[in-house]
Amino acid sequence: MTPSLEVRGLAYAYPDGTQALFGVDLTVERGQRVALLGPNGAGKTTLILHLNGILQGGAGEVRVGGLRVDPADKKALREIRRRVGVVFQDPDDQLFMPTVREDVAFGPANLGLRGAELEARVTGALARVGMLEVAGRPPQHLSFGQRRRVAVATVLAMEPEILVLDEPSSNLDPAGRRELAEILRGLEVTVLMVTHDLPYAAELCPRSVVLSGGVIAADAPTLELLADDDLLRAHRLELPFGFDPAAAARRR
Amino acid sequence: MGAGHAHALYLPGSSPVHRLPPQCKLVAVLGFVLLVVATPRERVWAFAGFALLLAAVALVARVPLATVARRVVIEVPFVAFAFLMPFFATGEKVAVLGLRLSEDGLWGAWNILAKGTLGVVASILLAATTEPRALLLGIERLRMPQLITQIATFMLRYGDVVAAELGRMKVARAARGFEARDLRATVVLARSVGALFLRSYERGERVHLAMLSRGYDGRMPLLHDVGATGAQWASAAALPLTAALVAAAAWMAP
Repeated sequence: MTPSLEVRGLAYAYPDGTQALFGVDLTVERGQRVALLGPNGAGKTTLILHLNGILQGGAGEVRVGGLRVDPADKKALREIRRRVGVVFQDPDDQLFMPTVREDVAFGPANLGLRGAELEARVTGALARVGMLEVAGRPPQHLSFGQRRRVAVATVLAMEPEILVLDEPSSNLDPAGRRELAEILRGLEVTVLMVTHDLPYAAELCPRSVVLSGGVIAADAPTLELLADDDLLRAHRLELPFGFDPAAAARRR
Repeated sequence: MGAGHAHALYLPGSSPVHRLPPQCKLVAVLGFVLLVVATPRERVWAFAGFALLLAAVALVARVPLATVARRVVIEVPFVAFAFLMPFFATGEKVAVLGLRLSEDGLWGAWNILAKGTLGVVASILLAATTEPRALLLGIERLRMPQLITQIATFMLRYGDVVAAELGRMKVARAARGFEARDLRATVVLARSVGALFLRSYERGERVHLAMLSRGYDGRMPLLHDVGATGAQWASAAALPLTAALVAAAAWMAP
């Protein structure tokens, strides 16, 4: 089966000369949930923006479900952006339409869906995150946790091949965090989750990769990786006080 | 995130006026205002007629007259100088309450006050019966370039977000002992505004990225079709048509 995501030798320098990626190799199989860990400034956001062709021009290539990301090919790019659903960190950036329903409809409508089919997509996506009852409300009137869930729905409505989440647990209260985890666990979709929240990675993603200094520095089952103190220290990753990966493994 | 900020002027309801498509109401209000402005100022009774028409609309829309009266206050700064005209305008003087006032100035003041108030009340009724969002859809429907309506739509969405950011900056300043005491405070306030501008600009870039990621290609998808039927246009036209009769009578009256 074609992997959902294949990144080969991806390197990128920003126009000001700052090199962010130095040859990233990463494969995510269909249906896997993978955590992308790394300190600030490791190039995580740069990598995400390559996955749907917003950044380009460096070396290497990205394939999503077998389709190569080629920014010159507008039609293929549209399909790439359907296949890669990016949920950005601040839901206020992601939810820009006047109502929740219109926001969720924005993506599928750009894909050319109209009428009953569009309505079905919107309803389906909102139902999957349990937010159907707020469909008519303006996003700014929702709680932060609700906004994050609606943000997930906006990309689910495009039926993506892979869901890319940038810091999904940031700013959530513990209940909101748990609710989002339950929703993500219930989705039958490939997930790449960028996070600093190591327990959240342990809870949701069987596999983790560490992006550090613009390369993939480690790739292992999450609990094994989190048990490796030297590795974590080398890449400025730290477990929160009291969190024991061995205990977490037993609870699985 | 204060709920309902964006809809401060809108009074939810389901009256016939509320239900009219926004573009019909926009055209009706525009037509009404133009007719009012075109009416000779000496025909005082015509303006009473216009006022009665608006009162009828308010009645049908179930907008309390007290609410309208309270909101009319917005025009005060704009018509303030109208009150000065009788004192400073040249021309024949008449005695009013022992003051010698210019007759031309009095008519001029009346002209501004009457026409201004009627225009403001018509707009208040429009805003009270139409959601801001629907207004923008109506404007778009009237072939306003999408770029302009998009900008306005984003202002509607992000007004609260920017205001909340400004509020947090204010709290952060106050928390470090800042008080706007004298002129020197403007430096600090100007820097805050600059920082707010930069933050909003960066947010704009992030929003654009999020839009691109969901397949935005420069055109907003049309999600609503607020089409209007002939009957709806006809009922919206009732206001400007009656106003046209009043205006015509005012012109023809000796």
